[in-house]
Amino acid sequence: MDFTEDQIQRYSRHILLQDVGPEGQEKISQAKVLMVGAGGLGAPAALYLAAAGVGTIGIIDGDVVDLSNLQRQIIHFTPDVGKAKVTSAQEKINLLNPDVRVEVYPYLLNASNALEIIGKYDFVVDGTDNFPVKFLINDACVLAGKPFSHGGILRFQGQTMTWLPGHACYRCVFQAPPPPNLVPTCSEAGVLGAIAGMLGTIQAAEALKFITGVGELLTDRLLTFDARSMEFRNVKVKSNAHCGVCGEHPTILQPEDYAQATCELKQT
Amino acid sequence: MATYQLDITREHCPMTFVKTKIQLSKLNSGDLLEVFLTEGEPLTNVPKSSTEQGYTVLEVSHVKDNIHKVLIQK
Repeated sequence: MDFTEDQIQRYSRHILLQDVGPEGQEKISQAKVLMVGAGGLGAPAALYLAAAGVGTIGIIDGDVVDLSNLQRQIIHFTPDVGKAKVTSAQEKINLLNPDVRVEVYPYLLNASNALEIIGKYDFVVDGTDNFPVKFLINDACVLAGKPFSHGGILRFQGQTMTWLPGHACYRCVFQAPPPPNLVPTCSEAGVLGAIAGMLGTIQAAEALKFITGVGELLTDRLLTFDARSMEFRNVKVKSNAHCGVCGEHPTILQPEDYAQATCELKQT
Repeated sequence: MATYQLDITREHCPMTFVKTKIQLSKLNSGDLLEVFLTEGEPLTNVPKSSTEQGYTVLEVSHVKDNIHKVLIQK
């Protein structure tokens, strides 16, 4: 690939890196990454991936921007309230880096569309806020053999792991979604806005590591942190022979939808 | 084994080494690159960074005035 003078300037800090260089930047320019959710995690992840020059960024999200999102979803600005999140995100990415092609899906990921949509991308970033879709993303990615980054945040805590074929999946570790309303959502429990940036940025770095082949991904380990103590832990995780999707006798042979938690309950 | 030339006398750090790396990426292993650069930061940094990143600096020579030539092998 021949970089233009502007591209050489724009990506100079990547090109300088020994492990990235012009070759790695070319891989980034040809990569396709799907962001599931343009919220707390998807916002910083999408901005860094766009800044990095990822060739194609897909964004799937059925929500519109709400004033209460702006405390952490930094791709959306005050005048965007009421606008579709995918449109708001697309506009910012285009402004940040016109090299990036943005593909938008203004609806929710579900069992019927998951395989088709993720099939178009090289890597998937889970930036969702609920367990049913997290399990759906895991199952669809495992079934399709599609590498992805799991991420979750609540209050002051975050967790993330990366899946590649042959490694422990999210379901290996957590088995099944918790019963609806057992675990509070961010809208119930609150979340420190800045930890969305911490975690979403780790996910973006994992996507870029996967694309360029640099370093060791967060496979077979779950990274957790608590911003109150600012302690980070790497918890080793193993493939589970009884895993419903990647175990020895899988029972999940196609993506499934699970009951969504409702936010009306637990108003304390 | 071919020899190529690159003039970065008008570039400033870090674009000097950025341009050098891009040119080197287009070469085959064993090819030579003659990089023309100016005294000061470029003359200090380009040979140093090239060595650090695994290229072989074969020779640094004065051309004329403040211009020097760095011979790098991929």
